[in-house]
Amino acid sequence: MDAFLEVAGLTKAFPGVIANDHVDLTLRQGEVHAILGENGAGKSTLMKLIYGLYQPDSGEIRLEGKPVHFNSPRDAIRAGIGMVHQHFMLIPALTVADNVVLGDEPGGFRYDRKEAIRRVRALSEQYRLTVDPTVKIGSLTVGLQQRVEILKAFYREAKLLILDEPTALLTPQETEELFVVVRHLKDQGIPVLFISHKLDEVRDIADRVTVMRAGKTVGSVQVKGTTSQELANLMVGRDVVLRIDKQPLNAGASVLDVENVSVQGHDKHERVKGVSFSVRAGEIFGIAGIDGNGQFELVDAIAGLAKVVGGTVRFNGQDITRLSPAKRTQSGIAYVPQDRQADGLVLDFDLVENTILRDFRRKPFSSGGWLRASAARVYAESLIKRFDVRPPNASRKAGELSGGNQQKVILAREVGRNPSLLIVAQPTRGLDVGAIEGIHRELLKLRDSGKAIILVSLELDEIMSLSDRIGVIHDGQLLEIVDGPSATREQLGLLMTGIHPEDGMPLAVGTETSSSAPSSPKETGGQS
Amino acid sequence: MNNVWRSALRGIGTPIVASAIAIVIGGIIVSLIGYNPLTVYGSLITGAFGTLFNLSSTLTGAVPLLVIGLGIAIAFRAGLFNIGAEGQYWVGAMASVWVGYHFNQLPSVLHIILALIAGMIAGGLWGGVIPGLTKAYVGAHEVITTMMMSYIGIFLVEYMIEEPNAPMRLKGYIPESPAIANNTHLLPALPITAVKQAQLSVSIYIAIAAAIVAWLLLKKTTFGFQIRSIGFNQRASRYAGMRVPLYTILALGISGVFAGLAGGLQMLGVEYQLNDSFTSQYGYTAIVVALLARNNPFGVILAAIFFSALNTGGQNMQQVSGVPSSLTDVLTGLIIFFVAAERLIPVFIGWVRRRRSQGRAHDAQEGGTLA
Amino acid sequence: MSFLASPQLWAGTLSLAVPLALPALGGTFSERTGVVNIAMEGIMLIGAFFAAACSHWTGSAWLGLLAAMVAGALIAWVFAWAAIRLAADQVVLGMAINIFGAGITAFLLNTIFGYNGTPTSTPSLPNITIPAIANVPVLGWFFHQQSVLVYVMLALVIAAHYFLFHTRLGLRMRAVGENPLAADTLGLNVWRLRYTGVIIGGVLSAIGGAYLSIGILNSFDVNMTNGRGYIALAAMIFGKWTPYGAFGAAMLFAFATSLADVLQGNVIPTDLLSMLPYALTVLALAGLVGRSTAPAADGIPYTLER
Repeated sequence: MDAFLEVAGLTKAFPGVIANDHVDLTLRQGEVHAILGENGAGKSTLMKLIYGLYQPDSGEIRLEGKPVHFNSPRDAIRAGIGMVHQHFMLIPALTVADNVVLGDEPGGFRYDRKEAIRRVRALSEQYRLTVDPTVKIGSLTVGLQQRVEILKAFYREAKLLILDEPTALLTPQETEELFVVVRHLKDQGIPVLFISHKLDEVRDIADRVTVMRAGKTVGSVQVKGTTSQELANLMVGRDVVLRIDKQPLNAGASVLDVENVSVQGHDKHERVKGVSFSVRAGEIFGIAGIDGNGQFELVDAIAGLAKVVGGTVRFNGQDITRLSPAKRTQSGIAYVPQDRQADGLVLDFDLVENTILRDFRRKPFSSGGWLRASAARVYAESLIKRFDVRPPNASRKAGELSGGNQQKVILAREVGRNPSLLIVAQPTRGLDVGAIEGIHRELLKLRDSGKAIILVSLELDEIMSLSDRIGVIHDGQLLEIVDGPSATREQLGLLMTGIHPEDGMPLAVGTETSSSAPSSPKETGGQS
Repeated sequence: MNNVWRSALRGIGTPIVASAIAIVIGGIIVSLIGYNPLTVYGSLITGAFGTLFNLSSTLTGAVPLLVIGLGIAIAFRAGLFNIGAEGQYWVGAMASVWVGYHFNQLPSVLHIILALIAGMIAGGLWGGVIPGLTKAYVGAHEVITTMMMSYIGIFLVEYMIEEPNAPMRLKGYIPESPAIANNTHLLPALPITAVKQAQLSVSIYIAIAAAIVAWLLLKKTTFGFQIRSIGFNQRASRYAGMRVPLYTILALGISGVFAGLAGGLQMLGVEYQLNDSFTSQYGYTAIVVALLARNNPFGVILAAIFFSALNTGGQNMQQVSGVPSSLTDVLTGLIIFFVAAERLIPVFIGWVRRRRSQGRAHDAQEGGTLA
Repeated sequence: MSFLASPQLWAGTLSLAVPLALPALGGTFSERTGVVNIAMEGIMLIGAFFAAACSHWTGSAWLGLLAAMVAGALIAWVFAWAAIRLAADQVVLGMAINIFGAGITAFLLNTIFGYNGTPTSTPSLPNITIPAIANVPVLGWFFHQQSVLVYVMLALVIAAHYFLFHTRLGLRMRAVGENPLAADTLGLNVWRLRYTGVIIGGVLSAIGGAYLSIGILNSFDVNMTNGRGYIALAAMIFGKWTPYGAFGAAMLFAFATSLADVLQGNVIPTDLLSMLPYALTVLALAGLVGRSTAPAADGIPYTLER
């Protein structure tokens, strides 16, 4: 097998971080090759270097044996590299055909729209990527939009397809359909580079896998004959603690009662449909689900940030369904939102201002509408010390801190209020392993001190290792609430796809059993 | 602390550098048409500050720029661009004048306060209601709505005095409103003839007080905290429990209140009635004032005096040196241009470095990508 | 309602629409590629001045028009450079251009021609009457004694529509205004396309300015655009960022002004009628008279670390 694409010693530094550090990679003809790594391991940077969006500081890219230098994506496309970005590069206001042919349109001065539609139709038949070329992108589902992205690559006669985190926004069905497409491409001899941080998917689809960690490539292995545990170890650099030791559950009275709640999203569609559950003091209630199934709208609604269109929310026995977000904060509901930079912090504010961001109305931080800056500073400095925020300087702007320290600031602010309910959404997204462990320990400490905690995460491992009970949400409905310690990945995975285990045949997507070969008995043992 | 100083220095540095570049370019233009730039600028400075009368005139002209500029700065802090202050100014002026020639039996101070409050309310409603509501609830861009409302406001005021039977028209051939009552005229800032002649009234003190109020409002109150938070990050502000739509409306409204106050002060301190000339341009220049001041209320004081000086000095420059006073508009345009194009200097430095490294060695391409 | 049959009303409407439709078209080009352009007023003034000045110096109004187009392209190029290359705030830049345009044209007028304005001997562009059109009953009213630029404007409206919606370059320009990152990854040159849009916009605005100085008059006056650049902005928005829409809005606004002229304030006060364009635009933005949505990437500078 010849090397189709080789990357040797590729290095790219940004101010303060070396995103890619002497990265090596070999992609052979006709293989599906996965790049596996945690968030922030440098996978996307590598792809952008290969695609000409970034220029490497040093190192070399060779295509079919010849060194290439791409100054822009235009060069990469011309060389036969097709890429589907994690966030689609589509133009909602234009049609499918317009999007596909853009940059290489049929016609002379005039744009030959009919010819464009004809070509796109032909391509979509050739690659089994069915989609109507005449509709606007804005009206398509995510799965169909991804097809358009793949069509774009093949319209440009891509000899290599790069898929950057392609399943992040897909439903299980769409993921399976995508895998059918990828296998079809492989049969046609087209090499595919598949970027992912999901072990199961990689095992399911890839022939070989290159693992990245902290900007470096740490190894390339055949998928067959390598266990999930080995891959996971490569990914994080040491044995993963899959279950954290925790104190036995000591749950108290019910703190939050959600009864038959329905929530409207920003798009006016009902995102949460009649959900009921309770959370007790001293327990962590995990909400598992695939992204886009209403979990974030649900917790937004509990925090008062999304519109409840039906049902009631009771907090410590009181109906808070119509209470303003500010009143809920005051009454003891703390919320760590999923997007810390867009929602959790004002990056241009210093740490003093950020620590009182949700508490500026109350004493001692203000009285009679006047801010009390000195009281706020004293408080901020005490939180910085308690939560070990670095650098320990309250005058720093939040935007100057690392992701982990930004998360600490948010957690400090929310916990510092001594709430009785803490909602955390995606608390460790994009953080390094050390920071993740720190946050997890902090959450368990809060649980043991008698707080009620709701944990929303897209990482099943995180949910499973922390939760006392797990509610699984699918299409806005809470399908089932299961006991945390005894839950299995298979059971949760099925529920997340909308299937009750007793209802019928399991749909084998993204679950451990479907993809692992029987020859590696160790991995299931390692997981549970 | 180093950081704080550096950002402060950049805050002051850019406007000064921008003004300097504009003045140099202006000098080049002036020399190209055969004048000595030093003489020209000399006459400009003398015209602005040379005598007590000139200085007072400069300060008189600075008052509306200062007060409107404060309002625009507050809107900017909330992330909103109130480009329609001119209309808010005129609507405020109209309301103040109307109160000014009614209620003549009121005591002087009360009458003045009432007139100014009327102006503030009118300006505030003009800026806050339609641009504020449409921004807050349907996301209509405030640059467009404030500008459109500004024109509507100016036409409204014109209508009030222009038509033969217009509501505020004084009977007679000249389209103008009745004069405000004598007891509403603001006192001179100092009992000195030159100051009186330059029409510098106590409005300058009110304007400086307004700057202090604006500073306190932004820096020391929960109101200002929310304004600034919303200006930086709406989503986080919403999460923090702030009512973003309400504060959007309030920010635009308060911006209008300041513009309306400026209109009132100008009527009570300088004009005493509405005339058929609505070309103050204060509302536009005040945007430049706020930009140059980096939305710092105390910076607004200095920037207002600077632009007023350009105006008063420009008239003297035209009389003394013969260079048209419109040169000052050219300078103003250039200053805003260079304030907006603040990345010019880093880009320029990068360009020079690349040029140098390209000339240095044969690995020109490598150097280019590294820089 | 006899005034509705007055040719003066309709000819006036079309004539008044020219200096609104052309800059509105110009703004459309600029904003379709993603550069917010409120600088039409300033560019029009610069166009108007150089049209009159070069018309006077060369003795040819056509060369004056050419000079206006070149001047408009140059100032738009500077605007584009700062907006695109330096990622400067486009609204602030637009203001700068407007103030600069008003200042520099007044300054040049006074230093070059003195305080009496441009000479009365300055040639202007010809008026044209096409008999085939002029004799058609209703249509003829519109085309009574119109400047050649009226016909040019109509041709440009159609050409602009064709260009934006039926050519490859037009598709690319629209793509860049909606999602520049997507366009970039497909190998389109975002900056160059935006330069193209802004400069085309500058040329169109400058022709609009030239219409004022050498189309209906033969002189330049200080600030002679009198806010038309801002009404054009309103027309662009009211026309939903399309050439035909911009033209339609310009015609509507021009009709209001022409009506005011014809009625001489007898029925509706002129000042109130003059509010119409602005009021309609506010209503359009509020979603009360047809929702008007800007191109998705309008006003957002495109930078990419490399």
